[in-house]
Amino acid sequence: MPLTWLILLILAIAFAGYVLGRRRALNSAGGDRRVLHSLPSYYGAIVAMWAVVPAAGVLIIWLLVQPYIVNSSVLSTLPDTMVAEGSSFSLVMSDVRRVADGLDVAVSTGAMSREAAASLSTEDTDVRETLGDMGVALGSAVSAEVLGAAQAYRAMNATGALMMAVVVLLITLGGAGFALSRSHAEFRARNAVERGVLALLIAAASLAVLTTIGIVFALLFNTIEFFKLYPAADFFFGTNWAPSFSGRGGASDLGILPLLWGTFYISLIALLVAVPIGLFAAIYLSEYASPRLRSIAKPLIEILAGIPTIVYGLFALLTVGPLLVTMFGKDTLGWMSGGTAVMTAGLVMGIMLIPFVSSLSDDIINAVPQAMRDGSYGLGATQSETIRHVILPAALPGIVGAILLAASRAIGETMIVVLGAGAAARLSLNPFEAMTTITAKIVSQLTGDADFASPEALVAFALGMTLFVLTLGLNVFALYIVRKYREQYD
Amino acid sequence: MTDASLSPAAAPRAGLIATDARTRKRNAAEKRFRAYGICAIGVGLLFLVFLFTSILRSGLPAFTQTVIDIEFTVTQEQFDTAEGKMLKTKEYEKLFIAALEGQLQERGLEVAFDGKAIQRLVGKPGGTIRSYLQANPDRLGAPISFELAAASRVDGYLNGRITRDSLVDSRFLQASDLDLIDALQQADIIKGAFNWNFITGTDSGVDNPGGAGLGASVIGSFFMMLVVLFLSLPIGVAASIYLEEFAPKNRWTDLIEVNISNLAAVPSIVFGILGLAVFIQFAGLPQSAPLVGGLVLTLMTLPTIIISTRASLAAVPPSIRDAALGVGASKMQSVFHHVLPLAMPGILTGTIIGLAQALGETAPLLLIGMVGFVAREYPEGFLSGFTDANSAMPAQIYTWASRADPGFYEKAWGGIIILLLFLITMNAIAVVLRRRFERRW
Amino acid sequence: MNDMRILERDVDTKEVKIAARDVQVYYGTNHAIKDVSVDIEDKTVTAFIGPSGCGKSTFLRCINRMNDTIDVCRVTGDIRIDNQDIYDPRVDPVQLRAKVGMVFQKPNPFPKSIYDNVAYGPRIHGLARNKADLDDIVEKSLRRGAIWDEVKDRLNAPGTGLSGGQQQRLCIARAVATEPEVLLMDEPCSALDPIATAQIEELIDELRQSYSVVIVTHSMQQAARVSQKTAFFHLGNLVEYGETGTIFTNPVDPRTESYITGRIG
Repeated sequence: MPLTWLILLILAIAFAGYVLGRRRALNSAGGDRRVLHSLPSYYGAIVAMWAVVPAAGVLIIWLLVQPYIVNSSVLSTLPDTMVAEGSSFSLVMSDVRRVADGLDVAVSTGAMSREAAASLSTEDTDVRETLGDMGVALGSAVSAEVLGAAQAYRAMNATGALMMAVVVLLITLGGAGFALSRSHAEFRARNAVERGVLALLIAAASLAVLTTIGIVFALLFNTIEFFKLYPAADFFFGTNWAPSFSGRGGASDLGILPLLWGTFYISLIALLVAVPIGLFAAIYLSEYASPRLRSIAKPLIEILAGIPTIVYGLFALLTVGPLLVTMFGKDTLGWMSGGTAVMTAGLVMGIMLIPFVSSLSDDIINAVPQAMRDGSYGLGATQSETIRHVILPAALPGIVGAILLAASRAIGETMIVVLGAGAAARLSLNPFEAMTTITAKIVSQLTGDADFASPEALVAFALGMTLFVLTLGLNVFALYIVRKYREQYD
Repeated sequence: MTDASLSPAAAPRAGLIATDARTRKRNAAEKRFRAYGICAIGVGLLFLVFLFTSILRSGLPAFTQTVIDIEFTVTQEQFDTAEGKMLKTKEYEKLFIAALEGQLQERGLEVAFDGKAIQRLVGKPGGTIRSYLQANPDRLGAPISFELAAASRVDGYLNGRITRDSLVDSRFLQASDLDLIDALQQADIIKGAFNWNFITGTDSGVDNPGGAGLGASVIGSFFMMLVVLFLSLPIGVAASIYLEEFAPKNRWTDLIEVNISNLAAVPSIVFGILGLAVFIQFAGLPQSAPLVGGLVLTLMTLPTIIISTRASLAAVPPSIRDAALGVGASKMQSVFHHVLPLAMPGILTGTIIGLAQALGETAPLLLIGMVGFVAREYPEGFLSGFTDANSAMPAQIYTWASRADPGFYEKAWGGIIILLLFLITMNAIAVVLRRRFERRW
Repeated sequence: MNDMRILERDVDTKEVKIAARDVQVYYGTNHAIKDVSVDIEDKTVTAFIGPSGCGKSTFLRCINRMNDTIDVCRVTGDIRIDNQDIYDPRVDPVQLRAKVGMVFQKPNPFPKSIYDNVAYGPRIHGLARNKADLDDIVEKSLRRGAIWDEVKDRLNAPGTGLSGGQQQRLCIARAVATEPEVLLMDEPCSALDPIATAQIEELIDELRQSYSVVIVTHSMQQAARVSQKTAFFHLGNLVEYGETGTIFTNPVDPRTESYITGRIG
């Protein structure tokens, strides 16, 4: 693995730089470390840092950019006719990549020499068969263009890798040499190292922003791509969700409204379960419970928050669903035909959200100053009157914030609805019917076998964008309310 | 101020002890309110108990396996005869059936059965016996004990999933087989054994729930957690140190802060989309690889780790920083030599809890392709453990839950027990760390 | 009328409103109040003075059983109001607190309107038959709290928007709205500026006409200004209790003298 070797080589140079830098600084001070501005290790560290950091930066950027450049230049060598008769660039490109991977395998197992792989042509061999023998299955026969492109792809990748190694190593050596040339007694090595470390710290902190940018861009580009293929108005106002996988193209109905409705309906039921239970539990734990009961019951309830959502999903699918069917199904009331339903998912999601509501409300109720309680008790109010008339109104903004945060959780929850809510998108009021949500459809559209460039797959990004905007809005609003509330009592 | 000198009590009031109707009503309301609170806690705890009992009840059978344990002798002569025949395994099967009949008769149990019934119960025992004998020719002539895994439907009958009434005759199991199973059970030939394959094995095909194991996906999860640990801990700590100790109050740091608190609340599926679009489509990393899963989970875990790390850093009193600065340490030295070591237990606790969250996360893994295929193989080496297609525990559980054969449901529940055991262990370590090193200033 | 009241003020022997005998208070293992016995008279301002932590506030909170809201607190002994044991198990502390109002150290208006703050007590105790009745009670109480003129035009403004002195007078109005017989004041002026303090002190003197007022204070000048009787607490003991004038000019106990002359405290 050449990349591993490259990294090891950089580290080795850095280590050598450390030792040399330290020694050079000490020598310049005549071996007396008291003459040095900084501790000797700092002189070593600055050399190592100069060796690694710029090189690593270049390496990462190169690794990200190279596939992009190679792809586009390989694509430009392919005749347009190929793309027109197939469906898209990405399909052709994946063929090319697969052939190239096959050739790699062939070379690495020794079944084919490097030269043979580069000079292989469709005229004298059946590439599909040859590669098939080596365990690389190809979907269709390999055309001359694809083979040529694959060979070009391999060649470019190989030169790219070689160039990268050379450039990165040069940068490493250059950085180390530059830093080394500055290692003498008066050089303020500690300050330089600390500036470097600070820069690294800032970079780490900026990763959060980078992630957000990544999310926004990933969603935005693909959403725009989707709206080129499918009218935005139909997406936002369509009342029918019926993607077709067989007939590619315009045959699909991709209206978001039934999904939004399913999402809100399930979230609503979840909140109807979680808010009363969570709120009353929080009130009891913070106002009535003895410290002993509190120290037992609070962590027990919070266990519910630590359970992975896949567990809740399975619980909905295999336990709660069948249970609800025996209660409301054909044999008794006849309301429910299958285990997966809005009710099932809503109920289980409600259980999941109980600790979320209760611990946030608990914090908020505890933040209400004791003076408020004293004032009310001093007037002869009972505890419940104090809670209902004084504490809850005072805590209301905070509790609303907590409920909004819980709602945003419910809207973004995936596993419970994927397993418990069903797959049918419909606009219905009956909570015992199966419905589906935005998150469930993101999963099914992106894990199906739809081509990535088709509207059926791209719609997932538009759904993701909607979900992101929705939850972000709720979160920002809720955090704003909670912060305002905190300020009131600080 | 004439109004103010009105007599204090307009109406004579009853003594303190005689409670009027209104007070009784108010006290009843108080009791009701308190009861609501107790009910709410009770319901919450009830859900917890319900959840755990259904996990244990449905999941524990995954750890046992029904085996047909039989001891019989194959002589050299029988071996040679069998090897001379066209249908060799058929011959061994006959030997097996004969041994079974013999042992049943010994105990006075009369059941009629044929080779087909045996095949329905234990698959094709002949092949297993033959390959064992070929590998150990020295055991010929001595009694050999064979433990053959029974079909999953036999399991189902024994643990009550399938009853005589619910059974529909099929090529998998027939009503007459149940008599045989009963007899074998009486003869103590059929019994339960611990299913090691479930813990160490890999996933099986879609039609063989009995042979499915979680082992490969545990390894997949392990490699993902390695990536998460080695990326999110240093990056998270670095980011926290900057924000807590160095960051000036300006627009950029405000932006970072807002970003972190919002990222903590972004739905996990959105991180999955990010992983798919950026790591797989744009950067061209392999699908289904623990490396990609680890990267996505790192981005998800970072906000959690940053938030808890900042809390631990903030808990170190300023006097420590002042003391370090006072003896001439630089700001950076005071942080790395004094504040960080003191905050370390808190940081580790937060990291472990973040890792536990990441371990159970499923939704993003669906999008980067860790489901929908059969994780049959362990990775070949350490480095390929990161890049080879593999599943992860929660993804494997999801895969099992979405297969058609209900035999896999039991495996899914069993997988949940293992997953929860990991989570409980991690959280317990976090609690112990916190108890052990918690310092109150 | 006026003459009558002046006459009344000079009468020395009044009805005993609150009688405490051998009261002990424990916070967990800490013995906070030791053997306190005291008779508090009706239509009198009684001041509790003493150094911080001497138990004066704790004792005050026993009189309306506010200590019940603290889990670790345990009260023994006998406290009677109008000769009725308030720690009798049949007594509802809720009813007791309607009869024994309390004003706290820090003004603590509820985050509601001025009107709702005052109306809260009458509402929960069901003192008003209708809206007009309630309006009446609110106005009367605000007048008695000497704040009516300042807030009559903005009854629906939040109580938290008032100044500190106004807030405290609002809290007093809130306390008298339930028509109590005893008013307990726990350092009601310690969070206020001198002008607001003077207003409150004037108000306390007026309230004496109708209630038995017990005030805990840190300031000896305040005790001398507003009270007729003074009790000096020290380390959980009631050291001396008597006419305010006597306590300040001619204390019996040397500890009282040391405190008043500023040697302990």
